[in-house]
Amino acid sequence: MLEIKNLHARIVDDGTEIIRGLNLTVKAGEVAAIMGPNGSGKSTLSYILAGREDYEVTEGDILYNGQSILEMDPAERATAGIFLAFQYPMEIPGVATMEFLKVAMNEQRKARGEEPLKVPEFLKRVKEAAASLSMDMNMLKRPLNVGFSGGEKKRAEILQMKLLEPKLCVLDETDSGLDIDALKIVSDGVNALRSPDRAIVVITHYQRLLEHIVPDTVHVLYRGQVIKSGDKSLALDLEANGYAGVIGQAA
Amino acid sequence: MNMHAQPQRTLAETALIDAFGERLSLLPGDRAVMVKRDDAIEAIKHGLPTRRVESWHYTDLRRLLTKVPAFEAGAVTKALAPILEGSAVLPVLNGLSQTKLPEIDGVAVQRLSEKLTDGSVAPGLDPYGSDDAIGALNTAFVADGYFVDIADGAELEKPIELQNLQAGGQSHVRLLARVGAGAKAVIVERQAGEGDEALASSVSQLVVGDRAEVTWLIVQEQPETATHLAQFKAHIGKDAKLTLFVMNAGGKLVRQEVVVRTTGEGADFKLRGINLLAGDTHTDTTMVLDHAVPHTTSTEVIRNVVTGKARGVFQGRINVHQYAQKTNAKMACNTLLLSDDGEFSTKPELEIFADDVVCGHGATVTEIDHDHLFYLMARGIDEKSARGLLVKAFVAEVIEELDDEALVEALEARLDGWFSTHG
Repeated sequence: MLEIKNLHARIVDDGTEIIRGLNLTVKAGEVAAIMGPNGSGKSTLSYILAGREDYEVTEGDILYNGQSILEMDPAERATAGIFLAFQYPMEIPGVATMEFLKVAMNEQRKARGEEPLKVPEFLKRVKEAAASLSMDMNMLKRPLNVGFSGGEKKRAEILQMKLLEPKLCVLDETDSGLDIDALKIVSDGVNALRSPDRAIVVITHYQRLLEHIVPDTVHVLYRGQVIKSGDKSLALDLEANGYAGVIGQAA
Repeated sequence: MNMHAQPQRTLAETALIDAFGERLSLLPGDRAVMVKRDDAIEAIKHGLPTRRVESWHYTDLRRLLTKVPAFEAGAVTKALAPILEGSAVLPVLNGLSQTKLPEIDGVAVQRLSEKLTDGSVAPGLDPYGSDDAIGALNTAFVADGYFVDIADGAELEKPIELQNLQAGGQSHVRLLARVGAGAKAVIVERQAGEGDEALASSVSQLVVGDRAEVTWLIVQEQPETATHLAQFKAHIGKDAKLTLFVMNAGGKLVRQEVVVRTTGEGADFKLRGINLLAGDTHTDTTMVLDHAVPHTTSTEVIRNVVTGKARGVFQGRINVHQYAQKTNAKMACNTLLLSDDGEFSTKPELEIFADDVVCGHGATVTEIDHDHLFYLMARGIDEKSARGLLVKAFVAEVIEELDDEALVEALEARLDGWFSTHG
């Protein structure tokens, strides 16, 4: 589903190269965990997948279902089924959360040639999704993410993911800022989305999240490259021994 | 007004002075009113204000008012549906008040032409300072309008909507309102028109009685052929609250002055403004707020969206008088500049003569936040729609603060209307 080939990318503003020859393949139905120390390029990778303009791909390619997405803008990627759950979801004053959800769902439907959702059906879906994440509907009456706690923002991201039903989900440090109960709720939300035709990329610093969202594959990112790949036991190994060992082997 | 006679009168100045001679016999007013009119036209004879007059620095009226249309009334024949459902509508059509008016419990409505004829409004026709060009223009030519008197303690169930509509030509209107002690009212001042070139002056004067609560909404949607010169003046009594909401979404040359004074302790004033600027237009909002007694509060928030070649101005002057201790005043003016050819000038001024006060002001000019744009696009919303959402959000924030669902919905509908034609 996702094939990243020899990807090189830099920050547009100052030319700093962050991704330096990254290779990664994630198949449909797979949950892939990307781990790595701070500054290894994890968040950058997530932004590049979503199409953020602050980064420029200088070499290599990203294939999604066999097609390069490099020329697609963020909205086109999203309507094609790529979803990024942000590490720091933006607060957008003045944009009502419900209005935003409706516009986003209907824009995606439009791009797929589907009719816009009728209001009762829209409300029903939002209520169901919110209930499954133990979210209070009153929260959704507020402007988008404004005044949400860190944990509420993360839940709101997963709520959007549920409603938009993407094919490739990229979760950037979704566990940060969550207490143990919220972590369980959010993880259950993600696990409910596991399906044979969907791939999930979980970017995380800690093994903790992977106890709840058990990955099929684990990849260690360091200095903009995947330096080691393995199964879930790799995550346990990292937890026990730190990154130093893996980095040492690669060096 | 300029104190020195201009070397040569502009076409507009000449047209106004000539028109006064022609109109004089048609204008209502007792002797006292006619003296005020004479004084007013004398001020205009000294010349319209130029950029050398400080309060007109960003709106050089002498240069910008290139033509004055003839007086003949246009063809507006009926009032508009009110923006708030169920409102009692008081229309001024082509500069004239109407005879058939709705009955409103607790409210006495009088045609202003009657109050000009009997001279009871004469004291209110004085200018408020030496540069009061709008006051002078209006005093010289005002023919009609309404006086709305809301009884002490009356809590109006329905809003009142004052409509000032014209279709080209000139109209000069005054809208007076007294809100009695402890009364509550929502008043909409709708300024709109259609068709040809127009010169409209409109002066609103409001007295908010002690403990009264008033929300006054100015919704200005003139056509892009109209010059709209307006003034809103208010006194706010003891423990009274006034929320003034001004939405400018039209007009070719617009100046909306807001002149407010707190006259009783505990008075609170809120100014919320939205300027939606498009095309080749000029829109000026100028506020002079006097905190004249101790323990009064105010907040002013102005949001501007500038597109095309539009030029906008906000001047906000807060005077805190020497005895007005414990004044708390905060002013902010935020502009979203969406085109390279648009411009917005902001001039905050604080004149503080008391020593125990909290006063602040801030101004920003920004483009659309790229992080916000990315976030919305990452959810599949195309760039144009995402920009539209963010621009609307920028101004909608001010509306949502109003805390009255019917008001919020009505104003958002006006916003949507503007964005659908200018977005």
